[in-house]
Amino acid sequence: MSAINRIRGAFAPPRKGETFELRAGLVSQYAYERKEAIQKTIMAMTLGKDVSALFPDVLKNIATSDLDQKKLVYLYLMNYAKSHPDLCILAVNTFVQDSEDPNPLIRALAIRTMGCIRVDKMIDYMEEPLRKTLRDESPYVRKTAAICVAKLFDLNPTMCIENGFLETLQEMIGDPNPMVVANSVQALSEIHETAPETRALVLTPATLKKLLMALNECTEWGRVTILTTLAEYTAHDVKESEHICERVAPQFQHVNPSVVLAAVKVVFTHMKALNPKTVSAYLKKMAPPLVTLIASAPEVQYVALRNIDLLLQANPDILSKELRVFFCKYNDPPYVKLQKLEIMVRIANDKNFDQLLSELKEYALEVDMDFVRRAVKAIGQVAIKIEAASEKCVNALLDLISTKVNYVVQEVIVVIKDILRKYPGYEGVIPTLCKYIDELDEPNARGALIWIVGEYAEKINNADEILEGFVEGFLEEFTQTQLQILTAVVKLFLKKPSNTQGLVQKVLQQATADNDNPDIRDRAYIYWRLLSGDLDVAKSIILSQKPAITTTVTSLPPVLLEQLLSELSTLASVYHKPPESFVGKGRFGADEIQRAAIQEQRQNAAENPIAASVAAAAKGGQQNNVENLLDIDFDGGAPASAEHGGGVGTPDRFGSPANVGGLPGAPPQPSGGMADIMGLFDAPPPMPSASAATSPAAAGGMGDMMSSFAGMDLSGTSAPPPPGQQLGHPASQTPPKSGGGSEDLLGLF
Amino acid sequence: MASAIFFLDLKGKTLLARNYRGDIPMSAVEKFPILLSEAEEESSAVPPCFSHEGINYLYIRHNNLYLLALTKRNTNAAEILLFLHKIVEVFTEYFKALEEESIRDNFVIIYELLDEMMDFGYPQTTESKILQEYITQESHKLEIQARPPIAVTNAVSWRSEGIRYRKNEVFLDVIESLNLLVSANGNVLRSEILGAIKMKCYLSGMPELRLGLNDKVMFETTGRTTRGKAIEMEDVKFHQCVRLSRFENDRTISFIPPDGEFELMSYRLNTQVKPLIWVECVVESHSGSRIEYMLKARAQFKRRSTANNVEIIVPVPDDADTPRFRTNVGSVHYAPEKSAIVWKIKQFGGGKEFLMRAELGLPSVRGDDEHGGGMTGGFGGSMGGVGAPGKGAKRPIQVKFEIPYFTTSGIQVRYLKITEPKLQYPSLPWVRYITQSGDIAVRLPDAV
Repeated sequence: MSAINRIRGAFAPPRKGETFELRAGLVSQYAYERKEAIQKTIMAMTLGKDVSALFPDVLKNIATSDLDQKKLVYLYLMNYAKSHPDLCILAVNTFVQDSEDPNPLIRALAIRTMGCIRVDKMIDYMEEPLRKTLRDESPYVRKTAAICVAKLFDLNPTMCIENGFLETLQEMIGDPNPMVVANSVQALSEIHETAPETRALVLTPATLKKLLMALNECTEWGRVTILTTLAEYTAHDVKESEHICERVAPQFQHVNPSVVLAAVKVVFTHMKALNPKTVSAYLKKMAPPLVTLIASAPEVQYVALRNIDLLLQANPDILSKELRVFFCKYNDPPYVKLQKLEIMVRIANDKNFDQLLSELKEYALEVDMDFVRRAVKAIGQVAIKIEAASEKCVNALLDLISTKVNYVVQEVIVVIKDILRKYPGYEGVIPTLCKYIDELDEPNARGALIWIVGEYAEKINNADEILEGFVEGFLEEFTQTQLQILTAVVKLFLKKPSNTQGLVQKVLQQATADNDNPDIRDRAYIYWRLLSGDLDVAKSIILSQKPAITTTVTSLPPVLLEQLLSELSTLASVYHKPPESFVGKGRFGADEIQRAAIQEQRQNAAENPIAASVAAAAKGGQQNNVENLLDIDFDGGAPASAEHGGGVGTPDRFGSPANVGGLPGAPPQPSGGMADIMGLFDAPPPMPSASAATSPAAAGGMGDMMSSFAGMDLSGTSAPPPPGQQLGHPASQTPPKSGGGSEDLLGLF
Repeated sequence: MASAIFFLDLKGKTLLARNYRGDIPMSAVEKFPILLSEAEEESSAVPPCFSHEGINYLYIRHNNLYLLALTKRNTNAAEILLFLHKIVEVFTEYFKALEEESIRDNFVIIYELLDEMMDFGYPQTTESKILQEYITQESHKLEIQARPPIAVTNAVSWRSEGIRYRKNEVFLDVIESLNLLVSANGNVLRSEILGAIKMKCYLSGMPELRLGLNDKVMFETTGRTTRGKAIEMEDVKFHQCVRLSRFENDRTISFIPPDGEFELMSYRLNTQVKPLIWVECVVESHSGSRIEYMLKARAQFKRRSTANNVEIIVPVPDDADTPRFRTNVGSVHYAPEKSAIVWKIKQFGGGKEFLMRAELGLPSVRGDDEHGGGMTGGFGGSMGGVGAPGKGAKRPIQVKFEIPYFTTSGIQVRYLKITEPKLQYPSLPWVRYITQSGDIAVRLPDAV
């Protein structure tokens, strides 16, 4: 090939390769070749290749009576509309025509797809088709149009309200077709949630009646929607609550677990108004369906178990006879096993603890470390919960410690410490525990043992020797263990002052002089001061009676529990965290994520300059062709739809508090260094360089990351965050963060 | 509500994705494998949903795939996870098996199905029989375009009108599976009967069916005297065709059935049942070089019944070798891939008792015993291991069997009334009973 050819090749669109072949196929004169090419294009799209350059050519195939082909073209449009917003207008005509097609499948397809093409030009033309399809004779089309109203509201709320679509939807709650009712309710409830001021979904006794009617005829998913709405309804009087419970309770028999959970939620909410006798009847009725949930797929089981945990915290007795159901199967996934343990401890009572204990002993001999530790912990929890069980539990724990498995021994020691705190009379086990001193390498277990030694120093002959060993290595210990050593040695001194003065001197010296942790130093100073005064005073303070512990089973604070019970079956009820804590704020807020999504799509288009230039070339060359094909007026090749950044489709989002409280003057997103895209974006001030644009967001992100750990509950068993954090508005955490962010920003400038 | 649905391979690579709401960056999926393996390192118990940077990840695993849904809201988790399972169910009916290959081979129809099954993140039609009526693999001819079947949105959303059969027949299968957990010393720790009534329905028109069972509660509410045994079902679940409010009122099971095969109802009984096939096992370990198993199996049901295809699977150490067996019935083989010996008995008569002895060699050098410190169940961060039981877990003896013409609970179909008001045809109901082993686990005693 000559040099000239090569140079020419570099400027012209590529004549070889996949894109070229696909384009040739897409404009072929044979229908089957075109269809095949469309399929291949979609295939390439599925594989993650960027085929947005083919946009104009794919678009040419939109006017077809072949349903399969039409669906594929529509699918392509949905995926790449953002990259060619200006060209989308070429598709409008087909969409409008299709929305009037005699075949309801095509009418529905058209309106469904239009709502998914999140481009301004398309939205402008949605009004008429949507109005018509909402009144369509086919319920299939109506139910699709109902959802489309929610799509439109997401893109352009003003247009949605001005055209009275919300009122139409509200009327559609009375539709004779149950699926239309369900989808209308779904759409309205979404709109109501995002914009409560619209009062989109306000139930009246009349609509309530309609919903209860539709409930029995809906698909399973429709039932979930309606039940969820019913759970949020505030009944006017006892009679209404009674009626709702009566009508909803049969749904406990539905085969779909999410329907069952939704029904439980409704009855649980509304039965509060009823008399205690009816309440206990409903609770009794709820138990068997809840138990059956444990036979569903493990992931669903997990959701059910987390919810049952909540229900048990509110009503501890509902499943007291069903302990066996929660026995772990050897092939249960670990996350199910741990949750079952949690629940078994809650159910444990005077009558069933024997069964439970023999089961727990079995689990403690398994091999999964987390599970074993949790089982050991459960034995301790049972001991503290049920006094009658304590002796058997202690014996079981002693059996376990004799297995000498390292992590079992450590957990047993932690657990026995709590038992000693609650019940007197088990001091006999202490010598056995002390034998394992050298095995302990976890701060918790070491701390527990040292606490025991200090607390019972008068009963342990060699307490001073043991503690001496720990004082030797004082500086290498974890903070937590250091604190325990300090206290234990002081206790020892107060109990056996004769030969331990040197030891206490030594440890106080180390803790104050050689240590730079203020917690330890302060505690040491306090002890020192106390010990240098009247020893009887010191004794009465340090060796005072400690308040007894009542339980080691963690429970949620009542306010949070109440909130979570109203969220049954949702993610909040699974995480055991209020929605505000994980529905992100600031950089990870819902609005920000949506903006990031929109920007990602645009960036994908821009990141591929070759594709873009090819597209431009193709556009230039074939524009007339396209125009003729679609027969609509078209305002030239210039980018017609002026994309004002992410806010175009969602004007309301700029006023949202998340943004107002965000970094002033900082770009909201780490844009990946695409300066031109930053320019497209709405507010940011001119940035000196692309790299500066990324850093402040990253710096501000550190704080966000920390707070997001709180929202991430992977263990499934972790204790809830302290109440202050749960109930305080996360917004209150934001200002210092953003402050830090802008400081960094200033520093950079 | 789900913002997007992904099909991923076990490494976390996207095979196919559908973005329903455009409100989450699709690149968030790239974090999923990282988050998952991080969580696995932290703990062996990684839950099926977690939240990271404002995005919630809900996933299930099926064969060599992850099905993942993303959402940024406080979504109904049960609904979405069930929907993912429903996708598996529907796709399996369409493509026989749902795995990496079938995703690649059927992407066109998968997109169509995903479009029909979910709209804007809300589940829509997931009834595979109805979907098959208008989403098919053969391309549609120009003249006859597919139309949405009326059933899609009907109150009777599971049956189309105009079905015709020459011979109107219904087959009822009452299948009970028995779940048992037996401790090493032979105590039944937990027993449960899970029953299901499956129907094969070949009826014309829109038939009304009414099913009568020997349900104790029904007898009590209607004040009828019972001849023979009545059973007390703990919890009943019905196919969506059954009118739940009628069942609530007078325990009548009335419905318009879907066409073809479906599960009409399932029920659960917590009654104490004795193991139908009782297995006793003694394990003897000889100075660490040889291990011996002595098994006794006894059929504890009536002499006129027979259990078919009985399989008793005994777990043995991973590194056992040179197996030797002796038994007076059936066949025994060593299955090293499962680290188990399998004792098969084709027919096991009621009241009979059989014995089996197995002896296996063990390598002379043994590692630490089972509790080698710190084993977390063998996940080791590899995405492949999630959900599988820990490798060294204490596995129980499993028992499998099938006993035809017999139900453990004593449930009986008293009648099945079929009326089709317009067509008024004669019809034939057939009923079969069968008991199967469900999950039967006998804990293995420690070696003596």
